[in-house]
Amino acid sequence: MTGTGVRDAGAPDAELRGTARLAGHAARIRERIVEMCAGDEGGHLGGSMSLVEILVALYFDVMRVDPAAPAAPGRDILLLSKGHGAIGLYATLAERGFLPAERLAGYGRAGDGAPPLSAHPAADVPGVEMPSGSLGHGLPLGVGFAVAARLDGSARRCFVVLGDGELQEGSVWEAAMAAGSLGLDRLVAVVDRNGLQITGRTEDVVALEPLADRWRAFGWTAQEVDGHDLAALRAALRAAPAAPGRPTVVIAHTVKGRGLPFVEGQPRSHYARLGDRQRLRALAALRRAGA
Amino acid sequence: MTAPRSSREAYRDLLAALLPADDRLVCLDSDTGLFSGVDFGPAAARYVNLGIAEQNLMGVAAGLAACGRIPFVNTMATFATTRALETIKIDIAMNNLPVRIVATHGGLSAGHLGPTHHSLEDVAIMRLLPNATVLVPADAPAAESLIRQSLDLPGPVYVRLGRSATPELPAGAAAPRIGRAQVLRRGPDVTLAACGPYPVLLALAAADELAALGVGATVLNLHTIKPLDVTAVVAAATTTRAIVAVDEHWPAGGLGSALAEVVAELAPTRVLRVCVPDAFVAGTGGQRHLLDRTGVTGAAVVARAREALGRVSAT
Repeated sequence: MTGTGVRDAGAPDAELRGTARLAGHAARIRERIVEMCAGDEGGHLGGSMSLVEILVALYFDVMRVDPAAPAAPGRDILLLSKGHGAIGLYATLAERGFLPAERLAGYGRAGDGAPPLSAHPAADVPGVEMPSGSLGHGLPLGVGFAVAARLDGSARRCFVVLGDGELQEGSVWEAAMAAGSLGLDRLVAVVDRNGLQITGRTEDVVALEPLADRWRAFGWTAQEVDGHDLAALRAALRAAPAAPGRPTVVIAHTVKGRGLPFVEGQPRSHYARLGDRQRLRALAALRRAGA
Repeated sequence: MTAPRSSREAYRDLLAALLPADDRLVCLDSDTGLFSGVDFGPAAARYVNLGIAEQNLMGVAAGLAACGRIPFVNTMATFATTRALETIKIDIAMNNLPVRIVATHGGLSAGHLGPTHHSLEDVAIMRLLPNATVLVPADAPAAESLIRQSLDLPGPVYVRLGRSATPELPAGAAAPRIGRAQVLRRGPDVTLAACGPYPVLLALAAADELAALGVGATVLNLHTIKPLDVTAVVAAATTTRAIVAVDEHWPAGGLGSALAEVVAELAPTRVLRVCVPDAFVAGTGGQRHLLDRTGVTGAAVVARAREALGRVSAT
């Protein structure tokens, strides 16, 4: 445990679950993402900033996880299928106590003996369940985790966080079809619907809409929420499975680069190396927003 | 040779017996039809048919294995290793998970189903992957034995099976052991190294023919391509004058390549190949017919052996 006041996952308390408190975690996570993007290698800025509230809602409210026992049987599972959100995940894992915060300074640097923090999550980073990076892998894995839970008679839930551009990968829909057909109601997909991919708007590249209806047609219960509204996210995610016998998808409408007015909603936020001035400007913007 | 049986049927019967006895095992099907009519009894929940979707199949297997299960994944060799390759590489091999990929229709065994279903690349692909064990049983009893032995291996295992029945190897050889070459004959002049049903049989027939010509051949059944039995290969390279590699595979990356990699470093020796030429195999015909047509024959093994020993082949 760390000094963040986080309690055991099995004993959530009102204070921990307070949305205001969660917002504080989100603010610190955003600052850490900015710091990592100011390192030598830069980082996937936009898609990490869009992801923050999703991860905060999951790690600080919804999931049963314990940083002191990261491999505890029966824990809930998070698979970051959009592996390029790694720095968002690292910052969240540090905030939640899985990873010493000092480790974040080593992001992108040559190894010092500790598990490396690279631009896509590796398996040996505490709290990372499965490595990711190539898109379209998380949902098939999630189906495997959910089938295993069913065979084990476990109530474990598996949350798979996907990018929206990632939904162009066919393997996502192979898994979606299987999950619907198998009725895997412990499987929850969360789509970071920031609307952008490297070359522009998803709807201009290969269109995804009507996205919720597509999931529903595959046998899922779909809900759309404001992906920066912690209360809405918590409610939607806690309620899963929204219908017994059906997997749940929460389509979280987000803004790429959220919190940084100079890149918000812009495709160029996808990957950035922030110079000193940009770093200070970014931190100032975050503090203004939090004030 | 005893009555032929297909290795995939032998495997199916083995899995039907193992599944109820071992809670770790899960049978993941991809609409292969192999398990139609199989009653897994109390283990029925551990048979899951995921339909025709090989990437998802491999990903689900990885997820199950990460939760402590040992999934047996069922599809055809070429679909497993080319369509689903990245999922095998990243989710299974990189995580060193105990997934058993049992691939039917290896080599030209799909025969008349055509080149979309032939698999002349799978061994090369699978032996590229770190952590993988690659098995090519030569007959149905060997398939059973090797799969049984593989149960407790910690990482991924690829097993190349055929489609139709193939003859069993002659009785008398010691049972195959994973990672050990099976020595079927000993001779001082040339080594015939083979894997898979017909290549091993062709090597044995060629050894008989060579013996009649006064040439003594060692015959190795290299059912484990990875990890290759380096000791046996080096012994063959140093005790005989040349190696002829026989397999049902394209030239690049197959058995001949694997052997050449070893002997080039440790015991320089000529390695000649009898394999399917570097071309798609069109036209209809069964497995034997296609092997004959592509030059994977006992006569070719004899000719290559004599060529290696500096004797002119009678062709």
